Amino acid sequence: MPAFLPLRDAVAAHVRDGDVVALEGFTHLIPHAAGHEIARQGRRDLTLVRMTPDLVYDQLIGAGCARRLVFSWGGNPGVGSLHRLRDAVEHGWPRPLELEEHSHAAMAAAWAAGASGLPFAVLRGYAGTDLPTHNPTVRRVTCPFTGESLAAVPALRPDVTVIHAQQADRAGNVRLWGIVGVQKEAVLAARRAALVTVEEVVDDFDAPGVRGPGARDAVAILPSFVVHAISEVPGGAHPSYAAGYTTRDNAFYAAWDAIARDRERFRTWMDAHVLRPEAAGV
Amino acid sequence: MSEFSHPTPTEVLTVAAARAIRDGAVCFVGIGLPSATANLARRTHAPGAVLVYESGVIGARPDVLPLSIGDGELAERATAVVGVPEMFAYWLQGGRIDVGFLGAAQVDRFANLNSTVIGDYDRPTTRLPGAGGAPEIAAAARETIVVVRHSPRVLVERLDFVTTVGHGDGPGARARLGLTGRGPSAVITDLGVLRPDPATCELTLTGVHDGVDPDAVVRATGWPLRVATDLAFLPPPTAHELAVLRDLHARTAAAHGVAAMGA
Repeated sequence: MPAFLPLRDAVAAHVRDGDVVALEGFTHLIPHAAGHEIARQGRRDLTLVRMTPDLVYDQLIGAGCARRLVFSWGGNPGVGSLHRLRDAVEHGWPRPLELEEHSHAAMAAAWAAGASGLPFAVLRGYAGTDLPTHNPTVRRVTCPFTGESLAAVPALRPDVTVIHAQQADRAGNVRLWGIVGVQKEAVLAARRAALVTVEEVVDDFDAPGVRGPGARDAVAILPSFVVHAISEVPGGAHPSYAAGYTTRDNAFYAAWDAIARDRERFRTWMDAHVLRPEAAGV
Repeated sequence: MSEFSHPTPTEVLTVAAARAIRDGAVCFVGIGLPSATANLARRTHAPGAVLVYESGVIGARPDVLPLSIGDGELAERATAVVGVPEMFAYWLQGGRIDVGFLGAAQVDRFANLNSTVIGDYDRPTTRLPGAGGAPEIAAAARETIVVVRHSPRVLVERLDFVTTVGHGDGPGARARLGLTGRGPSAVITDLGVLRPDPATCELTLTGVHDGVDPDAVVRATGWPLRVATDLAFLPPPTAHELAVLRDLHARTAAAHGVAAMGA
């Protein structure tokens, strides 16, 4: 049974300096509010893991929280670059950022391996690319049955996984739907804790009047025994969205480009919207 | 709709790439030009094209162009939505994709792609977003179509980084590497269409868009571009294609408050 905690307490209880932390989400259900709380609490030396680091990782990197990034595509979707990520890689500002860079297929497989308790993932991937030259965790294995040479990458096993979902019920089960990304795998792969922010805590998923998935949606239900803390944070994915509750704030993604391009403007924005204690009242 | 302004180079590119999609093809599409292209095809000559987005959406039927690959309008009205590990393992690696559409920052003469860095990897002059799904899309899709804007900085003699293998170092490279798909069948630009030579795999200019001088295409290419002897002069966008494309972009801009990339 997870603890129902204010977000501040959930982050304080589970996220430590030096942790490997995954705030997963595939454009949908990105745990922005939880990321802001990590920045506000001044966590340092984090290894951040995510297939598609977007604005919240740009913010954590620009705020100096991260030492290392494990990722497969780092951009502002449909807009362009993540300027704080670029500044850290290109100029070491505010501190150098180590990269462990993968392809999507490899990272998705590495999440599944982590959830399965396996040491590594195998895929038909990376052949002929320069990625293994710069990422020593990409290796080759030979299939014992066919002799085919395949790529192998270590399983992802973060200390802490943080996700945003539509709902939790009173028993602490979590439900997300729509584009569900790799969140189920990321929660199951966590070594120490899985934190979930939700739009709403409901009595029961099938109670009358409770919002639910569409007929074609993917649905993931995370049983209470794999979740450690739940925080009710309506709008906690903004500017990302939670299908059934909120819509993606595309204008903010576009506006972020100019905010993040300039170091001072970024700092002013972070101070006003994230770092001040008043900003925690989201 | 009786009058329409002259098509922009990007519109010419989008229409030419859309025409490459046959009706019923299962297309793995990324955001930006590939998405505009595939949705144009679906609304014109290829209503049965199946649009697959790496966020897990199979059979997307968006009314407006998505800004990101995980926009809500992709999941609504889709045939199915699956998790991302399933998308890459069962649907892409499993060999169920006919056409992969890719963009890139750099393309070389064998249609290998760079979307990782400009300059040295450890001290890049420009850090690009990275591989995303591209390496395995180009490996596993039955064929790949590359869409880029034509410039000597994009079509280069040598990639700064090989993110994605097209035809490697030439004939036989894909088989040696164990890549299951046929690889890039065309690089479509705003100036024309380049296809790999059947014997050498080297990209050759096989068609130019309406009003484009083939010599200008050669000058805009970073390697000595070969020109096919039977060079085709590609028909310009029809009034219908342009009207559908512009309507799609107008509705997208109205819905998002911003134009989706590739507009």
